[in-house]
Amino acid sequence: MADTIIFQSKPAREAPIKTEGLVPWVKTNLFANWQSTVTTLVVGALLLYYVPQFINWAILTATTTTNADACRADGVGACWGVVKEKYRLIIFGRYPFEEQWRPLVATLLMVGLLVASCTRYFWSKWLIIGWVVVLSAFFILMYGSLFGYFDVFGLTKVTTDRWGGLPLTIMLATLSIVLCFPVAICVALGRRSNLPAIRTFCTIYVELIRGVPLISVLFMASFMFPLFMPQGVTVDVLIRVVVGVTLFAAAYMAEVIRGGLQAMPKGQTEAAASLGLSYWQTQFKIILPQALAMVVPGIMNNFIGLFKDTSLVYIVSLYELTGSLGLALNSDADWRPYKLEGYLFIVSIYFVFCFAMSRYSLWIEKQLNKSKLR
Amino acid sequence: MFKSGTKIVLGTLVAAGALASIPAHAGKTVDAIKARGQVVCGVNTGLAGFSQADSAGAWSGLDVDICKAIAAATLGDANKVKWVPLNAQQRFAALQSGEVDILSRNTTFSLTRDASLGLHVTGVTYYDGQGFMVTTKSKIKDAKQLKGQTVCVQSGTTTEKNLTDFSKANNLNIKPVVFEKVEAATGAYFSGRCVAYTTDASGLASVRNKEAKNPDEHVILPQLISKEPLGPMVRRGDDEWLAITKWVIHGLLEAEEYGVTQANVDQMKSSTDPVVQRLLGTTEDTGKLLGLDKEWMARAIKAVGNYGEIFEKNVGPKSALKLPRGANNLWNKGGLMYAYPIR
Amino acid sequence: MAVAPRTPPKKRDWSWRSQAFRGLLYQVIAVLLIGGVVWWLASNTAENMRIRGIKSGFDFLTQPAGFDIGESLFSFDSNNPYWKAFLVGIGNTLRVAIIGIILTTILGTMVGVGRFSRNGLVRGICYGYVELFRNVPVLLQLLMWYLIFTELLPDISEAKNIGPVFLSKGGLTYPGPVWESGHLWILGGLIAGAAAAWAYRRWATTQFEATGKLRSMFWVPLIIVLLAGAAGWVAGGMPNQWQIPTKGEFAIEGGSSLTPEFLAVLFGLVLYTAAFVAEVVRSGIQSVPRGQSEAAQALGLAKGQEMQKVLLPQALRVIIPPMTNQYLNLTKNSSLAVAIGYPDVVSISNTALNQTGRAVECIAIIMLVYLTTSLSTSFFMNWYNSKSAIKER
Repeated sequence: MADTIIFQSKPAREAPIKTEGLVPWVKTNLFANWQSTVTTLVVGALLLYYVPQFINWAILTATTTTNADACRADGVGACWGVVKEKYRLIIFGRYPFEEQWRPLVATLLMVGLLVASCTRYFWSKWLIIGWVVVLSAFFILMYGSLFGYFDVFGLTKVTTDRWGGLPLTIMLATLSIVLCFPVAICVALGRRSNLPAIRTFCTIYVELIRGVPLISVLFMASFMFPLFMPQGVTVDVLIRVVVGVTLFAAAYMAEVIRGGLQAMPKGQTEAAASLGLSYWQTQFKIILPQALAMVVPGIMNNFIGLFKDTSLVYIVSLYELTGSLGLALNSDADWRPYKLEGYLFIVSIYFVFCFAMSRYSLWIEKQLNKSKLR
Repeated sequence: MFKSGTKIVLGTLVAAGALASIPAHAGKTVDAIKARGQVVCGVNTGLAGFSQADSAGAWSGLDVDICKAIAAATLGDANKVKWVPLNAQQRFAALQSGEVDILSRNTTFSLTRDASLGLHVTGVTYYDGQGFMVTTKSKIKDAKQLKGQTVCVQSGTTTEKNLTDFSKANNLNIKPVVFEKVEAATGAYFSGRCVAYTTDASGLASVRNKEAKNPDEHVILPQLISKEPLGPMVRRGDDEWLAITKWVIHGLLEAEEYGVTQANVDQMKSSTDPVVQRLLGTTEDTGKLLGLDKEWMARAIKAVGNYGEIFEKNVGPKSALKLPRGANNLWNKGGLMYAYPIR
Repeated sequence: MAVAPRTPPKKRDWSWRSQAFRGLLYQVIAVLLIGGVVWWLASNTAENMRIRGIKSGFDFLTQPAGFDIGESLFSFDSNNPYWKAFLVGIGNTLRVAIIGIILTTILGTMVGVGRFSRNGLVRGICYGYVELFRNVPVLLQLLMWYLIFTELLPDISEAKNIGPVFLSKGGLTYPGPVWESGHLWILGGLIAGAAAAWAYRRWATTQFEATGKLRSMFWVPLIIVLLAGAAGWVAGGMPNQWQIPTKGEFAIEGGSSLTPEFLAVLFGLVLYTAAFVAEVVRSGIQSVPRGQSEAAQALGLAKGQEMQKVLLPQALRVIIPPMTNQYLNLTKNSSLAVAIGYPDVVSISNTALNQTGRAVECIAIIMLVYLTTSLSTSFFMNWYNSKSAIKER
C-alpha cells in the first residue's frame, strides 16, 4: 500500500489588519492602549458635557428677535437679535446711514483686489494699475473726493471721524502693509549695508520699534504728533495713525525681508558684480526678487498680525471693528447685556479673514517648496 | 550721468526739502478762523445733554450750543463749525497743537490746567460737582458707606484725584478701578464690577437717564465731593480769541438777565434799555473792540438763545436729563451765574 | 585695436566713480537728513511748548501723585511721589508678564506636544485651539474675558465659594498668610535649598558620567528644596497665621485677592500667546529628524520618554529663538491691559500724562520700560540659547 499523498490546502492566512476606514481609525487613534482609552473617555465626557450646552445656548434656545425685551423675557439662550439690529452700526461704524452703500462697495473692491493679488492668474503689471485705481476709488467712495479732486461724482463729503467698522479695519491693514513695504526694503538693505552710519541707523530703528508695544506708537501718533508739527500745521488723526502703524509694521517687515536677504547665496551678488551691475541694479534686479519670493509666507504672517493689530486703534478712539462694536452696544441699555453675542459676531469676522489668510500662506509656502524641489 | 541709486537719493532729498518748507504760518486764531470760514470745536465724544451726535451727524447739547454761539458771533453762521469729538486723553493735546480752536468739552478749570498746560479758561458754562451713582439694590444711602468698596472711574480726569482726596479725608480706603474710556467705566459699573460709579453729577444724570436700562435702579447720592466749574478753554498766547469766547459766554448770561431770548431778539433791538441796546449793538459798537461787527451778540442769541434757554433745552427739567437749575441759576435768582457788564 | 595697458586705480580717488567716496557721501547725506529731521521735530516741539507755556521736564516725578491705584504689589499712598506710582505700574506689568510667561510656556508646550498625540481627539482639540485663538485679535480676547468675568460671575454679595476661596465680580479671594518676619526664614531656606539642589545635580551628573549610575534628577532636588524651606519655616518660629477671607455685607473682607482685571489680562494673554507657542513647539519637534524618533523606539523608549529625553532636548535649539519672540510679544501685549482697567505701566503713565500734561515724558517712560524689558529678556534668552546650543567636541 502506497502512501498516497493527498493534497491538503493550508488554512488561509488571516486577512491583514484593516488600516483604513472608520473602525481601524477609531481603534488606532482613540483606543490604542489603556492610556489613550482613558484620555478619550475623559476628554469625550467633557466634550459631551459642554458642547451640547454651548449648542443649546447658541442655537437651540437662541432667539433672533430684534426686540430686546422679548429676548430678556425668553432668558435662556443667545440673543442674536443684537446682531440683526445693530449689524450696520457694527460693520460701518458711524458712517452716515443712507450713504453706507459707499463703504460697502469700497470694501468689496478692496477685498476683491486683495484676493486678486493673491491669485497667480493676476500677477502682472496690470495689478499695480489695479492697486492705484482701487485705492483711489476707495478714497473717492469713502471721503467723497481724492485730495480735493475727483469730486465730480456728486458724493457728499464724509469726514474721516465718521469712518469706522470693517472698512476702516481693512483700510488700515492694507494701507499700512503697502506703505511699509518700501520703507522695510530700504531698512533691510540698510541693515546689511557696509556703510557703518546707515547700518547703525537702521539697526537702531528696527530694535527701537520692535522693543516697544504698538500702543505706545499709537499714543505718540495720537497725542504727541501734533506737538512735533510746526505751528498751524495739523494732520488728520487717521493719517497720523496710518503713519504710526506703517512705521511700526516696517520694522517687523524689515526683519522678515532681511531674513530673505541673508538666505541669498553670496554667489548671486558676486555674479551680479562680475556682470558689472551697480549696487542698486544688483539689489533690485537680482537679490530682492529672489529674496522676497522666499519670504512670502513671512510677509503673509506679518499681514495677518497687522490685520489683528488694527484693533488697537480702538484705544486711541478710532472706531474700527472692535471700536464700533463698543459704539453700538455700550451706550444702548437695551442691548448692552448681549455684548457677548456681539463679540462672537466680530470674532467670527476676524476669524474668517485671518484663517483664510493663514491657509493661503500655507498654500503659497507649498508652492514655493515645490519650485525648490524641482 | 547719475546712476539710478543717486537719483533715488536726490529724489529723497528734494522730497525732504519740500516737506521741510511747508509754510509754518502761526497767525492769529481769529484770522485763521475767518480765512477758513469755520470754527473748529473740540467736544465730548458723547455725553447726553452736553454734546452728542445724532445718527445724521448733527451735534447738540450745552457745550455744542456754546460753540455755535461763538461761531455765530465770529462768522455770522452758527453752522460754520467743524466738530472734533475728543476723549479725555486727547483733549488738551488737541487744543495745544491747534487741532481745535476751542475746547468745549465739560472740562473742569483748575490751577494746574491753567498754569501748566498752556491753556486759558474762558468762562464757566456749568457749575458742577462730583457725585456717586450706586444701584438701589446696594442700599447705600451715603457716600461714606463706600468704605473699602470698588468705584469705577475714568482716567485722565480731575475725578480720579477728587475720589482719592475724598477717600483719604474720610479714611474710606476706596479701591478705584480706572478705565481709559468712559464707555468702559460705565460698562463695568453696569455689569456690577464696581459698587459705585463716580463722575460729575451732570455726567451721572446723563449716564443714568440715557444708558441705564431702568433709571430707577440707580440712585445718585446727594453729596457732592468737589467743585467742578466746567467751561470752554482756549490756547494761550492769543488774547483776541480768548476775549471773544469769554464775552460771548457773558453775553449769553447778560441776555438771560435782561430777558433777551431767541424769539424776541429782533424786537428787543428797539428796546429802550441801554444795557440791551449795548448788548445787541444798536447804540454802542461793542463788537468793534473785539474785532467783530456790532451785531455779534444779536446773532449769537438768535442762533442758540440765551443761557437760560440753552440750559432748559439741553439739560434742564424739561429735557431728558431733568437737572435742576441750582447753582447754574443767575446770581439774582440764587445761583452763581454772574455776567460781567458788556459795556 | 590696441588695448591700452590698464593703469592700476589710484589709491585715493575722490571722484564720483570711487566707491569709497560714494559710500562716504551717502553716509554724510543720511546723517544730515536724519539729524535734520530730528532737529526739525525737536525744534518744533520746543517752539510749540514755549509758545503755549507747556511745562516740561522730569521734575514732576518727585511730586506727590495724588491718585490711588487699585492694586499694587507694595503699599502705595496717594501722597507718594509719581516715580513710586510708576514703580507700581512697572510691578503690575512685570507681575502679569512673568506669571503669563510661565503659564504660557506650560500650556503652549502641552498643546504643541498634544499635536503629536496618538489620541486623535487630543490632536483635534489642540489643532482647533491653536487655529481659533491665534486668529482672533488679542485685544478682543482680553475684552471678552473681562466681559465674561464681570457679567457672568456672581455679585460680590452672592459670591460662590469653595471653602475659604471666593469667586465673584470682585475677583478671586483666597486665604493669604499674615506677613511676619519669620517668612523671611522660609525664603532663606528655599534659596539655600535651591543652592544645595543645584550642587546635588552637578554631583549626580559627574557621577553619572563617571560611573553610569543614574540618580534621580528631579525628585531628589525637589525634596531638598522643600525640606530646606520647611527647615526655614521651623527656624523662623513657625508662623502660621492665615488671613481667611469672610463675606461681608458689600465686600469680601480679608485674604489675598486677584482682581477680575488681572485675571482677564492673564487669561487673554496666556491663551493667545500659548497658541503661538504651541506652533513654535510643534515646528521645533518636527524639525528633529525622523530617524531620532525611530532610534528612540528601537531602544525601547516609551512614547513619553522618547518625547522627554530625545525629541524635546533637540527641538529646544530650534524653539528658543522664536520662543523669545513670543515672550517679548506677551510682555508688549500686556500694555493692552489699559483697555480693561488693569493698572499696568501704560495705564499709570496715562493717568500721570493727564494729571501733569507731560505727554513727551510719560510716553518716553512707557517706551523706556518696554525697551528695557525687551532687551533684557532677549539678552537672557540669547544666553540660554548659547547654553543649549550643540556643544561641538
